[in-house]
This record gives sequence, C-alpha cells and structure tokens, in this order.
Amino acid sequence: MAEITYEGKTFEVDEDGFLLKFEEWCPEWVEYVKESEGISEITEDHQKILDFLQDYYKKNGIAPMVRILSKNTGFKLKQVYELFPSGPGKGACKMAGLPKPTGCV
Amino acid sequence: MAKIPSPEELMQVSYDMPRENWMDTKPEITEGAVAYPAKKVTMEPLGMPNPHDWNPFEEDWHLPENWEEIIYNGLKERLEKYRSLKLFMDICVRCGACADKCHYFIGSGDPKNMPVLRAELLRSVYRKDFTTAGKILGKLAGARKLDKDVIKEWFYYFYQCTECRRCSLYCPYGIDTAEITMMARELLHELGLGLHWIMDPVSNCNRTGNHLGITPHAFKEIVEFLCEDIEEVTGISINPTFNEPGHEVLFITPSGDAFAEPGIYTFMGYLMLFEEIGLDYTLSTYASEGGNFGLFTSSSMMKKLNAKMYAEAERLGSKWILGGECGHMWRVINQYMSTMNGPAPSCMETPVSPITGTVFENAAETKMVHIAEFTADLIKHNKIRLDPSRNDHLNVTYHDSCNPARAMGLMDEPREVLKAACNNFYEMPENTIREQTFCCGAGSGLNTDEIMEIRMRGALPRGNALRHVQEKHGVNMMSCVCAIDRATLPPLADYWAPGVDVSGMHELVANALVMKGEKKRTMDLRQEELPGMEDE
Repeated sequence: MAEITYEGKTFEVDEDGFLLKFEEWCPEWVEYVKESEGISEITEDHQKILDFLQDYYKKNGIAPMVRILSKNTGFKLKQVYELFPSGPGKGACKMAGLPKPTGCV
Repeated sequence: MAKIPSPEELMQVSYDMPRENWMDTKPEITEGAVAYPAKKVTMEPLGMPNPHDWNPFEEDWHLPENWEEIIYNGLKERLEKYRSLKLFMDICVRCGACADKCHYFIGSGDPKNMPVLRAELLRSVYRKDFTTAGKILGKLAGARKLDKDVIKEWFYYFYQCTECRRCSLYCPYGIDTAEITMMARELLHELGLGLHWIMDPVSNCNRTGNHLGITPHAFKEIVEFLCEDIEEVTGISINPTFNEPGHEVLFITPSGDAFAEPGIYTFMGYLMLFEEIGLDYTLSTYASEGGNFGLFTSSSMMKKLNAKMYAEAERLGSKWILGGECGHMWRVINQYMSTMNGPAPSCMETPVSPITGTVFENAAETKMVHIAEFTADLIKHNKIRLDPSRNDHLNVTYHDSCNPARAMGLMDEPREVLKAACNNFYEMPENTIREQTFCCGAGSGLNTDEIMEIRMRGALPRGNALRHVQEKHGVNMMSCVCAIDRATLPPLADYWAPGVDVSGMHELVANALVMKGEKKRTMDLRQEELPGMEDE
C-alpha cells in the first residue's frame, strides 16, 4: 500500500488516495488534502460538512448518501462542489477520512 | 487514475488481426483496463485462499509457491464437479459466431476479447493437461503450457468480460460463456487474485448483509429519510416495518437503491406502490441486499450470500419474497439458487399476488417474484391508477438489463409497465434490446472508476444505440431494472449520448401513480418541478 508523509505524519492510503484507516485522520490530513484539492482555505462551511461526515460515519459505519448530507448541512449539491471541487465523495469524504463506497454505486 | 480518451478518439477502433499466433502474444497490462486488486485485509477474514497484497503493474504477482499445482487441482476439481464445464471445454468448434457479439471486442478491437478466444485462454490449458490430443500434439491441438503470463492474461481478460451472456445467445452449441469466466475467476481466486471492487462488497455483505456495509440502524434511518421525501412530494406519510415477523411478503432490493442516486428514487417508488395497494410486507435490515457479488467470486461465496435471504424469510415467517429492480440477483435466483440452497424453507409458498390473485407459477420453486412482473400484473388487472401525463416531459427508452433479460426472460413486463406509466416510449434498435441487449459495459463487478476507459469502450454499442434514439426521437430518459445499471448508465450516457438521464422503472411508475389522499403533484420524486403542473 502507498504511504504519504506530510508535515511529519505518515498516512496509509489506497490507490485513489483515500485514508485506509479512519483512525489515522488528523488535522494534518485535512491540510494535505486541501493542497491536493486546490482549496485555498478551510472555511466554516467546509468544516460544517467535514464534521457532519465524520459524525455520521462514526455512528453508522458508512458515508451518508448525498441527499442526507445536503439536508443536514443545508448545502445543495452544487454548493458542495463549489466547496470541494472533486465533489462530495472524492473531495469531502476523502478529506474527512472516510473510505470510498463500493458496490452498485 | 488514467485519463480517458475523448469519444472521437475512442471510436477509432482497429479490427486488424495481428499476424502472429495468439499464443505468442504476451498480455500487456494497461492502465484504464485493469482494476485495483483486492487487499489482503479484505480477503483474509473471508477465508479466501492465499490472501496477499500485490500490484498488477509489477512483474511479480507474488503467487503462492505451488501455484501450478493449485491451478491443476482447481481445474480438475471443477471439471469433475461441473459436467457443464467439461462440455464447454470440449465442444467449441471455434466457428466464431460469438466473435463480434461482445461489447468489449466491439469497443476495443482486441482479439482476445472475442468470446471464443477469451474462452480459449482457459481451454488451451485444459487441453494440455486434460486431453490426450493436447498432451501428445501440444500446440497443434490448441494446447499450451501454463505459465505466469497465462495467469496474467486470464486476470486481464476474464475481468474484461461482464458475464452478460450476449455471446452465448449466438453460440450454436449454447455454451454459457459466463460460466467459463466464472470458472477462470474462481481459479484466480485460488491464487489470491481478485478485484477490490468485487471483494470489498462481498466482505461488507458477509458482515452487514449488504454490499455497501449499511448497518441496520443506518438502513432504517435511510428508508425513513426517503419516506420524508415522499411526504414532501405527495403529502402521504409512509411507515414501513423493519424485521417484523408475520408479514406475507419480504421485500428485498439491491442496497444501491438505498444509497445512491438515481436508485433511491426507485426505492421511493417501491414504497409508494406498496402503500397504495396496501401490501402486507416487511423490510429486513439483515437481508438488505438483493445483489450477490459472490456470483463474481466463487460458487461457495455466492451460496453463502444467497442463503441469508431465505434464512430471513424463514425467520420472519414470510410466505414469499418480492425482489426489487436488481440485475444479477435474478441470475443467481433463477439459475443457481435451488441447487445451491434449495429447496426454499417449507414455510414459504408459491407466490400469489394478494391484490389480483395471480399465482406466479414461474416462481413456484424460488418463491421469489420480480417486481416488474408484480407491477405489470397490477396494471393488467387495473388495480392501480396511473397518470402518465406527469411523465410527458420525458421521452423514455428501456435498457434491458442483461440478467433479467437473458437469465430470466423478463422482456415484456417492463415494457408494459413503462408504456402504462409514460406516454412517450421509444425502443432502441432491435439487435440491441430484449435478449440481444448490450451490456452497460461494467457489469459483474467492473463498475469501478479506475477502468473508465475500458468501461466506455464496452459501453460503445449501448451508447451508440442510445444516441440513435436520442437523435431520432428526442429520447432523454433511459430506464432500467438493475442497480449496477443505475450506477453505470449515467456515465455511459454522459459520454456517448450527453443529455440523456437514467432512472429505475419504479421511479417513473411512482411519478405517475395516483395515490389515494395525495396532494396535487407539482414535483417529481427528484423534487424537480413537473412542467405544466407547477404551483399556480
């Protein structure tokens, strides 16, 4: 598996650069993904989405579906894309340290 | 992730055949055509043999030391167990009727994607080890020695087959090519070689009951969330039961319908229909998956994952199972279930529609009815009211999902349902529909993004047919009855026929469904305004 070192921290990631272990998530990971996603600054809006994703994941063991994310944070899908250019999955979930969903999706 | 060529670039497919003998060409493992390998941490807890981490782009795939013996014994065991495999290995006369029927061959021009040659990759090894002619005459008899390149070639090409069985339709001998692929994948799994996109869902399903790993409380919460959206659109409050014993019907659909768009709208459609007809049913948070990625793994895994549906029906005392819009689940149910896990529990009965009294004799053995049959029967008996004008802004076509069409012969029912729910229905060309339907290009567990190039190549024939009806009839919606389709057809349409949207069948049914006590519909299930029906 690939390893990424950023600001003294080492992260194990999958082929798409998602964290392999949610427990390894830390603020440095956010900084790292922020740079690779081309996001200039983590705003309150970003934080609101990240917090919701992590809370949901801790409670349910999966990422929320997009409509649940939208309804709970109040951001329409278009706004999520404005905040996270790679979208809710490859952008926001990745930054929040959630694994990528597989199956009929 | 590999960059995907433009449709114009991708369409330049060369069908020139190489001069050298196919046995002398080495496999080239290219990016965009080979998916991520399954991880050791996924394979190990499932008890899969020889779990290890490896990389298809590296020279050494870290095969177990006795890998040749494993393949020999694995093939021997399967030849003894399945008379069909022995037959399929022996009877092919290489007539080539299947050669140009495969979507991957059409889209790639790679000769080893001709089904006859893909099967030959395995057949040549069979000849060498298990036939007298092959043992004596070797290459002259089409036999070749197994080496590590053969293993790589198998991995590359048997995961460029979606087990769609279109080629089988044209085989004069009726060779089930999908079963050859299934056997080759089983042998690869013996060596610890599998795909992440298949094994991760298998692992989830084994652990939580569904491919996505939705936990019971999350499943319940998701369905309740969908019910809130239904209320928003219709004004009707629905409260389905979960894991409740004593209901006549257990309803099971793919977990993709409970997670991803546009599948969730189809799930809402099921719930609305059941509410309207007063169906006595329950949902299970344990048997929360209709699909079965075990079909793409091994017969033992398929058997294990299939068993939970019947175990749950027995536990809850359900008389029969109503199955949602899933594709490969119906291949498992119709072709394998009764010899794997059958007979169904004795408490189950031959399904009878409680609304129309129709006896589903075709499901007497499996006790499982496809929802398209169920709804078509309701429509035929005038048991539901539909207002198709609500779908008038849609010009709809139907993509026959491979397995419901070719593995269970479900071809007329979906069309009857769609024509009742939509005024504007147009067929794609006849050699691309019904039993001749073309794959979405990513079935059998290949619906992962890193192989988007080969997916779009495989999607070319379906995309071309779709583009045709888009230009000719203004088609803007392609309906289907498979959750993999609902995930794979949107990128297909975006690439080959931009502007066409994708829906499940029951999304369109529910949009047209006139429900008792509903408020005036101004929105569809996606909460988009219905043209001509906006609030005044």
